[in-house]
Amino acid sequence: MTVLTVPMAETAVSVTRRTRVLRRLRRNPLAVVSFVVLALAAAVALLSPWLAPYSVDQTDFARTFAPPGTAGHLLGTDDLGRDVLSRIMLGARASLQVGLLAVATSLVVGVPLGLAAGYFRAWDAVISRFTDLLLAFPFLIMAVGLAAIRGASLGNAAVAIGIAQIPGVIRVVRSDTLRLKSLDFVAAAVVDGASDLWVLARHILPNATSVILVQATVAIPAAILGEAVLSFLGLGIQPPAPSLGTMLATAQQFAARAPWAAVLPGVVIMGLALAFNVFGDALRDALDPKGDRR
Amino acid sequence: MARYLLTRAWQSALTLLLSTIVVFVGVRALPGDPALALAGEDRSPEALEAIRRHYGLDQPLPVQFAQYVERVAQGDFGVSIRTGTPVSSMLTTALPVTVELSVLAIAIASLLGVGAGVLAAVRRGRPAEWFANALALIGLSVPHFWLGLLAILYLSVATGLFPASGFVPLLEDPVDNLHHIVLPAVILGTGLAAIIMRQTRSAMLDSLSSDYVRTAKAKGLRPRAVVTRHALRNSLIVVVTVVGLQLGGLISGAVVTEQIFGLPGFGKMTIDAVFQRDYPVIQAVVLLTATAYIVINFFVDLLYSVIDPRIRVTGNPA
Repeated sequence: MTVLTVPMAETAVSVTRRTRVLRRLRRNPLAVVSFVVLALAAAVALLSPWLAPYSVDQTDFARTFAPPGTAGHLLGTDDLGRDVLSRIMLGARASLQVGLLAVATSLVVGVPLGLAAGYFRAWDAVISRFTDLLLAFPFLIMAVGLAAIRGASLGNAAVAIGIAQIPGVIRVVRSDTLRLKSLDFVAAAVVDGASDLWVLARHILPNATSVILVQATVAIPAAILGEAVLSFLGLGIQPPAPSLGTMLATAQQFAARAPWAAVLPGVVIMGLALAFNVFGDALRDALDPKGDRR
Repeated sequence: MARYLLTRAWQSALTLLLSTIVVFVGVRALPGDPALALAGEDRSPEALEAIRRHYGLDQPLPVQFAQYVERVAQGDFGVSIRTGTPVSSMLTTALPVTVELSVLAIAIASLLGVGAGVLAAVRRGRPAEWFANALALIGLSVPHFWLGLLAILYLSVATGLFPASGFVPLLEDPVDNLHHIVLPAVILGTGLAAIIMRQTRSAMLDSLSSDYVRTAKAKGLRPRAVVTRHALRNSLIVVVTVVGLQLGGLISGAVVTEQIFGLPGFGKMTIDAVFQRDYPVIQAVVLLTATAYIVINFFVDLLYSVIDPRIRVTGNPA
């Protein structure tokens, strides 16, 4: 009997919890602003192939290094006379792609390992050593190794960043699993004869989603910054494909002729990362059961 | 305490062994014949045969691994394909630059981060807190290499206050050395400062509302003394923890910062090696980074147990 009512109680709790979280988010102006920025960025990224005024590869050698405000090129042109606005739009799209791909990689590997480490005592030590091992290779070194073995590309950059983010995912999922495992409704399910897999999938994972969500929102901006670094160094997206990081590398090369070219791609990277970080903070505060403690 | 140390030492040794295996296997995963990769320009059959014999590539894998570990333990990382110099001597010139840059960056980040974090906690709900929080969020979100780029363009080139690139060894001319390295260190430290600030702030908020601080206030201690004597002691733990956790990010950041400011350190050596396909150098760089990470984190844990007595007793961070 208890076993029947407990899951229902849990569901009821999560519904009111969800509305409470959403209400808190709506009342936080920073959360609203960052959400709007992210929604706009996502829309531009999705539609950029159609929104961009020029093709990203369209060169115009008669008009290289046109400053921002030039007729026909709102944000100017680069060293090959390509439209900067178009390249920024598609560069931002690539940034978001790498961000999502990297975080997806880290979640696919990290969530099951975190659940296992928290739930099965025997696995904990093994998974901890695995985490230590991953941590010993910083993302840039991981990317250096991957680039040496498989060549530099958007995919390899995302994988390198994603692998480097696995330990963080394991850590938060493991500790939340430990917490949930000690709660009554899990014990009730176990007494009722539910299998470990069922308990993990049905009871623990759904209740751990909020920490996973918060972890993902802080991991995406880190991945976006990581992609910019790798592409800047030539270890990420390869020219002529547009990337904010490679735009900055070009800007450094031609800094004497076009110093303004170093400004905008950086501002866009920072804007994206900032919006994710602000929203992540707001989400964490909204999910915090202690309520108004900021 | 002794048991904790032993466990940590054993775990670190195991991780070290595993990462060595990963690097060893990674090199064998390189496309093509490793002898070809190691040979560089001279690809005559005799040269390849000599390389195979020198590196034991004709031996079974476990034997090769044992030989590899033996060589590395003696500091023999092979010879750079491009320059022909031993990798170990390249490291001896490059590492001091990176260590100096990182230590200076950590120092700057700790000063800024702890200062801003304490300020934000003490001035809770005032403009100072809001300002410090905003700055920390920006510090987390700004691409540091871009900041470095802007600093070179708008500070070094425009005003001439700092040199735009280059390096002078510390022992040669300490003042000139500092002049070259302070701007890169500030840039490298910004992200770390933001993380330290946020952790310090939340640790301070916790300890300011704790019983021992209330007692200290109740016995009439001045607010300033309460903060410095009781609450601040905890921020030392925060700094040590954050530095331990962020070491990987710091190493990655140092690579980029060196590249931008043209510092002849470990990072520049790494990036050059990737583009020149200088496999012995890449291998040494990856293995050395992993080793440094593991060893430093072991010492961070030791330091941790010195600062926080609770760990000595329970064997776990509280």
